[in-house]
Amino acid sequence: MGARKEMDLKPGTRWSSQVCDTEVVVVRAPAGAVSLECGGHPMVPVGGDRSPGLALDPSFAAGSLIGKRFADSESGLELLVTKPGEGSLAKDGITIPLKEAKPLPSSD
Amino acid sequence: MHLSSLLEIAADAMGDRVAVAACEDGDLTYQGLHGRAAAASRHLMSRGDERLVAVDVNSEAVPVGLFAAALAGIPYVPVNYRLADAQLIAILERAAPGLALVEQSVPTRLGDGIAGLSAISRPEFLSSDGPEPSSPGADDPEDTAVLLFTSGTTGEPKAAVLRHRHPTSYVLETVEFMGAEPEDAALVSVPPYHIAGIAAVLTSVWSGRRLVYLPQFSAESWVDLAATEAITHAMVVPTMLGRILEVLVERNETLPALRHLSYGGGRMPITLVERALEQLPHVGLVNAYGLTETSSTIAVLGPEDHREAIASAEPDVRVRLGSVGRPLPNLEVEIRDLAGVALPPGTHGEIWVRGEQVSGEYVGRGPTISADGWLATNDGGWLDPEGYLFVEGRLDDVIVRGGENLSPGEIEDVLLQHPAVADCAVIGIPDDQWGEAVAAVVVLVDGEDADVTALRAWVAERLRSTRAPEHIEFRTELPYSETGKLLRRVLKGEMRSGSTTP
Repeated sequence: MGARKEMDLKPGTRWSSQVCDTEVVVVRAPAGAVSLECGGHPMVPVGGDRSPGLALDPSFAAGSLIGKRFADSESGLELLVTKPGEGSLAKDGITIPLKEAKPLPSSD
Repeated sequence: MHLSSLLEIAADAMGDRVAVAACEDGDLTYQGLHGRAAAASRHLMSRGDERLVAVDVNSEAVPVGLFAAALAGIPYVPVNYRLADAQLIAILERAAPGLALVEQSVPTRLGDGIAGLSAISRPEFLSSDGPEPSSPGADDPEDTAVLLFTSGTTGEPKAAVLRHRHPTSYVLETVEFMGAEPEDAALVSVPPYHIAGIAAVLTSVWSGRRLVYLPQFSAESWVDLAATEAITHAMVVPTMLGRILEVLVERNETLPALRHLSYGGGRMPITLVERALEQLPHVGLVNAYGLTETSSTIAVLGPEDHREAIASAEPDVRVRLGSVGRPLPNLEVEIRDLAGVALPPGTHGEIWVRGEQVSGEYVGRGPTISADGWLATNDGGWLDPEGYLFVEGRLDDVIVRGGENLSPGEIEDVLLQHPAVADCAVIGIPDDQWGEAVAAVVVLVDGEDADVTALRAWVAERLRSTRAPEHIEFRTELPYSETGKLLRRVLKGEMRSGSTTP
């Protein structure tokens, strides 16, 4: 599945799954054009229209946990899950791995 | 990212959690905070205000105002309400035009008012609303989020510009979204016009912590509130910590709920850090170093660093108690010489920083960031081989004696270790022979005594004789800004116009 339209994955932009409740915010933009997917289908801007008739792809159904970060080392894309859902995140058809975050001590 | 997105995401994900506790009318949930900020933003938009200026003490109006301005797409401009009338008027004239959220006494202090600035009281602001705007909400990360007038220990205050992308980058990179435990509560006692007051709102909201505001700092009220609200997190400036520790001893209070106490905003004497570690063994201490222009923290010395340093017999490790820890992983820090060339570890120079949270922009001035993104902090310092950063204070404060650069902080730390010294300041004063001479202003511990010869010998034994103060003056207190910065220029002016060596 190729991205029909280039996604503008700027830091701070919010994306929503078309087939589950998952929402993410972009923490780091990818270098170059990529397709961001969840549950096997391209994500859409939060509040944007979902294509009808799509279903969760079982090979991308491991789930997205709230507060977790996912990072693709190849493109540099980093995402934060702000709403949990059944689908898992992928870039150009390949699952994006969870990023182990080392929490910093709070300084404020 | 945009500040309004931080709040929207938090309100969506944890709407029922308490965002601000102990407000005028009870607790405010994240949903409630979002609702109130959105209502106030409609008020601002319907009036067409260009800025939201805040001249008020701490309260829930700080987060409401900060986010209302963000949602309305205008800058939030918190101003020090405790400035003398003439200074306050001068700053407000620069902050105008816009709507000013003011503390009760402010309107009468302003006389005929400020052109372009209308005033609104806190209760009015907190219940304000307006018609639904026709245009969509603001979301440009390039817009100005906050204008902060720097405390101006030298010259006229500068208005630092933080665009939305600066503080949000700091938050996204350093704070775990919804990372707070249900009981977590942050006590905010730093004033809202200080970068730490802004950062406290943003990091609390992103982590899902409960904010508790202390309207105006006193050590007694801080301890009271920390105890009754079972505060887990707090940030204080050095002058606050000293007083807080005293009150805790007087009351035999240990604040069992407190887990995290961070300090910054000025130089913290090592003796005070040691006292805090001893007095509050259950609390993780965090030293944070940052500037207004860097959206708050750029380096942290964490709880483990503190424990390791104090327990170590290695002088190189032990000395880290006086460091600000390591730079945040999302930033680069370098020490450079006067020509801007990077220096190796262990070498003294100027601290430079690069990263997405670094703004370095001021109203009406050209960019202060280099073409490749580096900001010169004007702070002197050095890095140890493990990457721990030591800050020696403003470069303007470095004493140049006979061609040798002396750090006032290093000499102050040694003086403070003397049992009779309660507080001290070291400055350079003009000297015919050396260019500058080392002068110390010392506050003695009540009932203790130490003479000039003894204090000089104390420093000479521990450092070098060139660092022993040539002039020592005794006083009952030192001048501090209310955010805990020692006002060296005040002392310099006074010492210059008649220094004495008893």
